Amino acid sequence: MSIELRNISKKFGDFVAVDNVSLHIETGELVALLGLSGSGKTTLLRIIAGLETPDSGEVLFHGEDARAVSVRERKVGFVFQHYALFRHMTVFENVAFGMRVLPRRARPAEAEVGRRVHELLKLVQLDFLADRYPSQLSGGQRQRVALARTLAVEPKVLLLDEPFGALDAKVRQELRRWLRRLHDEIKITSVFVTHDQEEALELANRIVVMNQGRIEQIGSAEEVYHHPANAFVYNFLGNVNLFHGRIENGRVFLGDTAVELDNTHAHAHPETGKAVLYVRPHLLEIVLRPNGKQTFPATVKSINPAGPQVKVELVAAWGDLVQVDISHERFELLHLETGAHVFLKPKEQKLFVYQI
Amino acid sequence: MAQGDRKKPGTADPPWVRLALIATSLAFVALFIFIPVIAVFTEALRNGVGAYFAAIVDPEARAAIRLTLMTAAIAVPLNVTFGICASWAIARFEFPGKQTLLTLIDIPFSVSPVIAGMLFVLLLGVRAPVGGWLADHGIRIIFAEPGIVLATIFVTFPLAARELIPIMQAVGSEEEEAAVVLGAGGWQMFFRVTLPNVKWGLLYGMVLCNARAMGEFGAVSVVSGHIRGHTNTMPLYVEILYNDYQFAAAFAVSSLLTLLAIATLIAKYSLERRVVPVKQEADDTAVNVAA
Repeated sequence: MSIELRNISKKFGDFVAVDNVSLHIETGELVALLGLSGSGKTTLLRIIAGLETPDSGEVLFHGEDARAVSVRERKVGFVFQHYALFRHMTVFENVAFGMRVLPRRARPAEAEVGRRVHELLKLVQLDFLADRYPSQLSGGQRQRVALARTLAVEPKVLLLDEPFGALDAKVRQELRRWLRRLHDEIKITSVFVTHDQEEALELANRIVVMNQGRIEQIGSAEEVYHHPANAFVYNFLGNVNLFHGRIENGRVFLGDTAVELDNTHAHAHPETGKAVLYVRPHLLEIVLRPNGKQTFPATVKSINPAGPQVKVELVAAWGDLVQVDISHERFELLHLETGAHVFLKPKEQKLFVYQI
Repeated sequence: MAQGDRKKPGTADPPWVRLALIATSLAFVALFIFIPVIAVFTEALRNGVGAYFAAIVDPEARAAIRLTLMTAAIAVPLNVTFGICASWAIARFEFPGKQTLLTLIDIPFSVSPVIAGMLFVLLLGVRAPVGGWLADHGIRIIFAEPGIVLATIFVTFPLAARELIPIMQAVGSEEEEAAVVLGAGGWQMFFRVTLPNVKWGLLYGMVLCNARAMGEFGAVSVVSGHIRGHTNTMPLYVEILYNDYQFAAAFAVSSLLTLLAIATLIAKYSLERRVVPVKQEADDTAVNVAA
């Protein structure tokens, strides 16, 4: 089922949670709403579910106005951030709930309920826990029970609020892959909310980056990561260094160093004026001697060699802190030490310039 | 937790202080609670078991017991209904006057029961406009059973609500939302999700309410008129017997109220052990939410 949001706005008191948002979600898509807390992503999800009513705007399910349809009739599956499992019911009863509250004529027979519940619990690989209570399960297990309970009502749309937020890193990875597989299998239109850019990039067909109630960019992982629409998106997706410089005649100056601008990324920069330059840590190179025009001097402040890359923190000549990620091989080649005077050089022209 | 409660050697009190504190507490409990309770039963049985039962099955005693049970049977369900409505409204909705409602709920606790009784007499007595109009239509409230029931409802109505509000707030509305999204209607949600989550708190509130409803003296005394066999509840009947120097009979009826109190304490104790985990679990969830 496709979802269409048109000019949705929602206020809580004076706080604007969602500000004139329009979004189209195709049938079978897996879409991430990505943003910081307070960016309106959860409110938007709850509006799709019908748990919140928008102050203005339209919600269309499959081209039909959904506002007239009550939550219980919308056929949406909602997985809550903290799962909201019924604590006084066993896992079995939790999953069976959606079937048991159906109107009598639509309610399946007890044997059928049992069969369906076990089928779903097998799908989430928790059949052996059917008689346990939620309090006896681990976070990852609760999450999967919540999902099975949601799927039991055969929803047309699956909505997940921070589905992996409360889990530890290992379980999160595993469940992420599992959810991806599940989605590929059952092809249900799904929207999930997350503040974790990595999660969004890895899982979603399309990512909706939200900030202060508005959509900053909609696009595939590739698009939002490599072609960010604006400074916020670039800044939000991944670590970034931020330099204050100025633009003169189409060239950016950082201190005394001029940096050539790449056409695709120099968005609407003016001919002259102040500018902010964003560079990802792995797109900077450390060299020992000035090399070409685009190098600028810096001093090594600290080195953290733990992890797949060596994280080097430097202070640029004009005082800004700079984070650079280099490979271990490169690190050994350079013989870097704290206090060393080196030069930084953008690897490619994938700099992002934002005018002030 | 257990470790946190244990005192470090440096801050422990000397043995004699501990001994003195414990001895004082125990002596106090013995003097003011244990001895009187024993006394009630000894006095009640002073003239033998036969006299004890005779006092209880006396028609006037039976009438008092019946009225007390009836009053509780009306007051407790109403109290529970009010408690659920009020706690739901307060825990789930934001509305103007919410804080005022919270404060007003406590009024019966802060007002002397006698004044509560007076209030009903002034409002519904035969000489008051409302009471007069009702009397003209053959309805007696004051110095009759309805007055007793009204006064009892007034003094007990915060009990269930007070117990339920914090539990409902702690449990939160997420499970209810989950139920609705899964297709449950309002009543299905209430009976399958909301009520089971607060049931121990609700029962606890009912136990407290019942005890208060059966034992209430002040407010009921003012509106009752003390008509023997008609408007005497058990506590009022005890007073009448005592004033008539029928001490053994007075204590016999008292012993029933005492038994009720002991049963209440036992129920309260066993329910508390179930209510507290619910609150804690809910708090844990709240902590997770905060994290």
